[in-house]
Amino acid sequence: MSNFLTSSIGKKVIMSLSGLFLILFLCVHLSVNLLLLVSEEAFNAGCDFMALPFIKVIEPVLALGFIVHIIWASVLTIQNQKARPAKYAKRCQSQNCTWASRNMYILGALVLAFLALHIATVWYQFKFGEITSHYEFVSSFLKQPCFGVIYIIAAILLGLHITHGFWSAFQTIGFSNDIWRKRLECIAYFFAFVFAAGFSIIPLYFMIFGN
Amino acid sequence: MADKILKELTLKIWRQKDAKSQGGFKTYKVHNISTGTSFLEMLDILNEQLVEQNEEPVAFDHDCREGICGTCSLFVDGRAHGPDDDVTTCQLHMRRFEDGATITIEPWRCGAFPVIKDLIVDRKAYDKILQAGGYVSVNTGGVPDANAIPIANDKAEEAMDAAACIGCGACAATCKNSSAMLFVAAKVSQLALLPQGKIEAARRAKAMVAKMDELGFGNCTNTGACEMECPKSISISHIARLNREFLKAKLKD
Ligand code: HEM
Ligand code: SF4
Ligand code: FES
Repeated sequence: MSNFLTSSIGKKVIMSLSGLFLILFLCVHLSVNLLLLVSEEAFNAGCDFMALPFIKVIEPVLALGFIVHIIWASVLTIQNQKARPAKYAKRCQSQNCTWASRNMYILGALVLAFLALHIATVWYQFKFGEITSHYEFVSSFLKQPCFGVIYIIAAILLGLHITHGFWSAFQTIGFSNDIWRKRLECIAYFFAFVFAAGFSIIPLYFMIFGN
Repeated sequence: MADKILKELTLKIWRQKDAKSQGGFKTYKVHNISTGTSFLEMLDILNEQLVEQNEEPVAFDHDCREGICGTCSLFVDGRAHGPDDDVTTCQLHMRRFEDGATITIEPWRCGAFPVIKDLIVDRKAYDKILQAGGYVSVNTGGVPDANAIPIANDKAEEAMDAAACIGCGACAATCKNSSAMLFVAAKVSQLALLPQGKIEAARRAKAMVAKMDELGFGNCTNTGACEMECPKSISISHIARLNREFLKAKLKD
């Protein structure tokens, strides 16, 4: 295993596994969020559940997942930039690959910017603020169009990252062939849609019905 | 049907004296090109014109001119081997272009393929990757009798698809990461699928990937651009197999 982690494929496997872990986290996160649309009691109960000690221990692991994914993404992107010192004068990349697959780093960086905002506002208040009802807090927060719109844009950017990321993660660990590739691409679009629509519908709901 | 004539074409071509010089684009005009002319023949016509004017002809790679050797390269109008899918540049024809068009012609751009002169790049990097493990070590003797070694039809077919790679370098040239994964995958896959090559599969995958990394090719991010530009339509499913072979080999270490 000596030089596995420094090899190109090894680095990619780390991207893949950390990415899949983040997708798993997003599934849990979205499920709890959707309780906002069920009722105030349901969402508050969900938040209380997420605050249980055995769930809390996952938090540092999750943070590590993000950190690893971001560091390796940066290393890969820098190396890949350096691999072509002289650029083409004319290039038609839209003819041979998807926009999302070419812009994974930009999409990721924008998701990261959103993550910083999310941590500074909602996450910080959940963790250290004096909140009586989590539902009340979230609904009055997302009702503000400036935040609501940012959350919707972030959901769409995340969805785009997943359209390529999901199937790419399986290809990286070798789980793909001519048949499975089509299936994985379908599932990738499904997940991307669920995340983009799922995370957007909540701010939309509060912006429209919030008063 | 008689071929149409393209009255005038403007060519923006990368000129570079040698590996050390700074290059730049120069613009040329060619006239009365028949649409049946191949792209390389069109460049031959330009070169004759340049020789007549006592100018240095444009250097470009070519050999078989029938899509089998992989020598021709060229990034034509923003795409490896030009606008057609599944062809080499020598198989590209002028009927693909409109009269009056401006065509941009560049060498492969990839750190591991340095420009030697004008449109010619040094693709020795691919040879070095092959030398690192793209072979079967034992002497396999003469051609074996048919069916002496049973090979399942699907395996034989897939190995044959991978073996179609002509080492042209379009995959790394087109990849946004300058990754050579499709080439390496084709070679690893072709041999790993067959009994003669299977024995050394683990060593081969490790050695070829290590060489590819060492030579400064980028890291694959599965954009799939390589398979779209590959003149032999090598599928990126072979990259998945390479990843599998590499992971298996590393886990066993
Ligand atoms: C919740 C957030 C995120 C999820 C679910 C996620 C998921 C994924 C997945 C599954 C992949 C595919 C891995 C592969 O190709 O093997 C990927 C690739 C990538 N991600 Fe993320 N990611 C997230 C956030 C980020 C962030 C914050 C960044 C960086 C600033 C980032 C940058 C990248 C890059 C550059 C790639 C392509 C690299 C490659 O394919 O090797 N991602 N992501
Ligand atoms: S995989 Fe295709 S594009 Fe790459 S070197 Fe082989 S034939 Fe050329
Ligand atoms: S010259 Fe041989 S493939 Fe084009």
